[in-house]
Amino acid sequence: MSGDRTMAASGPAQGATVSARGTPILRMEGLRRDYAQPSDFIDRIGRRLRGRGEPPPLRAVAGVDLDVMHGEVLAVVGESGCGKTTLGRMLTGIIPPTAGRVLYRGRDVTHLRGADRRAYELAVQMIFQDPFSSLNPRMRVRDIIGEAPVVHGLVGRAERDDYVCGLLRKVGLDPDYRERYPHQFSGGQRQRIGVARALALKPDIIVCDEAVAALDVSIQAQVLNLFMSLRRDFDLTYVFISHNLGVVSHISDRVAIMYLGRVVELAPTERVFSAATHPYTQALLKELPVLSAGKRRFDPIVGELPSPADPPAGCTFHPRCPRVMARCRVEAPVLRQVAGGHFSACHLNDETGAARGPGTEVAVTAHSTEPVQNATETS
Amino acid sequence: MDTRNDAPDGDLLLDIQDLKTWFYTREGVVKAVDGVSLRLRRGEILGLVGESGSGKSVTGFSIMGLVGERGKVRAGRMMFDGHDLLKISAEQMRRLRGDRLAMIFQDPMMTLNPTLRIDTQMIEAVRAHGKVSRRAARERSLDVLRMVGIPAPEARLKVYPHHLSGGMRQRIAIAIALLNAPRLIIADEPTTALDVTIQGQILYEVQKLCREMGTALIWITHDLALVSGLADRMAVMYAGRIVESAPTDILVEHPHHPYTHGLMASIPSLGTRGQPLFQIPGSTPSLLHLPAGCAFRSRCYRADAQCGHEPELRRTGPGHMASCWHGGEPS
Repeated sequence: MSGDRTMAASGPAQGATVSARGTPILRMEGLRRDYAQPSDFIDRIGRRLRGRGEPPPLRAVAGVDLDVMHGEVLAVVGESGCGKTTLGRMLTGIIPPTAGRVLYRGRDVTHLRGADRRAYELAVQMIFQDPFSSLNPRMRVRDIIGEAPVVHGLVGRAERDDYVCGLLRKVGLDPDYRERYPHQFSGGQRQRIGVARALALKPDIIVCDEAVAALDVSIQAQVLNLFMSLRRDFDLTYVFISHNLGVVSHISDRVAIMYLGRVVELAPTERVFSAATHPYTQALLKELPVLSAGKRRFDPIVGELPSPADPPAGCTFHPRCPRVMARCRVEAPVLRQVAGGHFSACHLNDETGAARGPGTEVAVTAHSTEPVQNATETS
Repeated sequence: MDTRNDAPDGDLLLDIQDLKTWFYTREGVVKAVDGVSLRLRRGEILGLVGESGSGKSVTGFSIMGLVGERGKVRAGRMMFDGHDLLKISAEQMRRLRGDRLAMIFQDPMMTLNPTLRIDTQMIEAVRAHGKVSRRAARERSLDVLRMVGIPAPEARLKVYPHHLSGGMRQRIAIAIALLNAPRLIIADEPTTALDVTIQGQILYEVQKLCREMGTALIWITHDLALVSGLADRMAVMYAGRIVESAPTDILVEHPHHPYTHGLMASIPSLGTRGQPLFQIPGSTPSLLHLPAGCAFRSRCYRADAQCGHEPELRRTGPGHMASCWHGGEPS
């Protein structure tokens, strides 16, 4: 089949070379984010009378340690409510973490001030899910893309028009469109405008939050190809947040599977798809729709994602887990290495005896943050 | 222009020929559905696949008689279970809807009334179509809730829709569709807004129900991979027309239309890693100004001068129809 195959071979081999290629450009250490639960007046009075305090906070992200290596595509996968979007927003600095740190090129971003802080904010850009609500409907494309680089002094006011035209060409849009408003574009075109806006600030890292989820299949393929060619041209690192394992298997080098605010499995993409050890990952893989000539017997895992406001004790996945053991109800498993670059948080890893190294005690605390800091360093 | 010629007539549940649903807007006539023919046997599952704007949802709405006043539905024939949908009155159609013919929408809140408890809504739906006591209607509601795999159905009956999660709401919408044991369910992207694990659960329940109750199903979706595991037959729509239809295994293994190839090849997977994904250039055309000839012409890699004339949907194999001058498997 013919097609726009302009891109050089890049991809599978990178999974293996990631650790050799770089240092972590972005590091998350014990990252946590709580949200206060709204309570109404009556509820507050009731709590006061019964001598109870504030309702417990909703822990959207409950201690994540992850490294994003320079030049890789790290996918963060999970169901809605697992905290993946909150994680992405903390990476970009849109919301501050409740606890833990984000390190950009080895420096804690919460303590960055002035020009350093600005440099970090510009270097980490975001592309949003909804191409309809993420563009200001009252601004022309020229301003949507060109405003920020002028404000930040990346380009002069005089060169702005050329700069915008160049970016539009880069993302596959006609530069003549720069005088138009967002409503004059289709969903796929708007997403390209969103990509151009992110690129305009010459970022190192782009956080894509479900960036292709709202697009049609044929348009999704175009945008995914665009991401990959931009990665090569601009030496970009992606944090690719998605619920779609099909898209993730195509684009990413490493995959982190999240469940209820925690990373439960982290491994190079091939390994996730061939040797996942966590039952949740296995269940997600089984649900992945595959083009097939024969009928499928759907055999889903039961239940729904529990509320993060009231997470189950022990392993948070235990109420839905097909292989639940007594131990899972009381002890929370810790994310630890089961093979080179492959991390998993499940008690089953002990049962099979796989890679039980010394000093990998299981923590009983619900929010342990200290083990497994540097996912790829040890690989 | 039948999509399947070898179905014996007695077995036919739905027989639509040359359905045209046009919307008359200020800007002009939007031919959302322009000559669609469908035949469905009892208990058959049809996957109706297309991208946004291809007319797949409007096809569903036309069968249900839910097209708004700006739209006009015309057809050569529109028979459902012995009823002529073109001739019956609005009152007869109302009685059919929710009884023999049911629809599940993408957003369950389109089915559910946010101000009424689930039991009120379900009992009402049963009693609207037959003389049943409230108690019997309640029993029936509990039965279907169990059927779609809802835990603790008694408790669920007493709550309002906003108490429930998205997946649970969609299951209740499906349960309401099943209340009167319909012969045909039209499901319009019912799992698109749901998580993969919940989607799997709903597909499991739907597959089981169709098998056990012999309900026919039209599953409207943009996700070819998803529906390939469920449907007996698939029809691919583009710009208001069916461009290819075939039994699922034949369509997946021997697609004939370049658009169908393109859709399949552009599904990202582990196998496409490291290579650019096949992409269909351009985007779906505006239905207001469709050029003459094949609507896919401007995006097609096989297009030539002949495509200026409209290709007919013709038979290319057993039960396999495609409309392309240069049809054939991917080269």
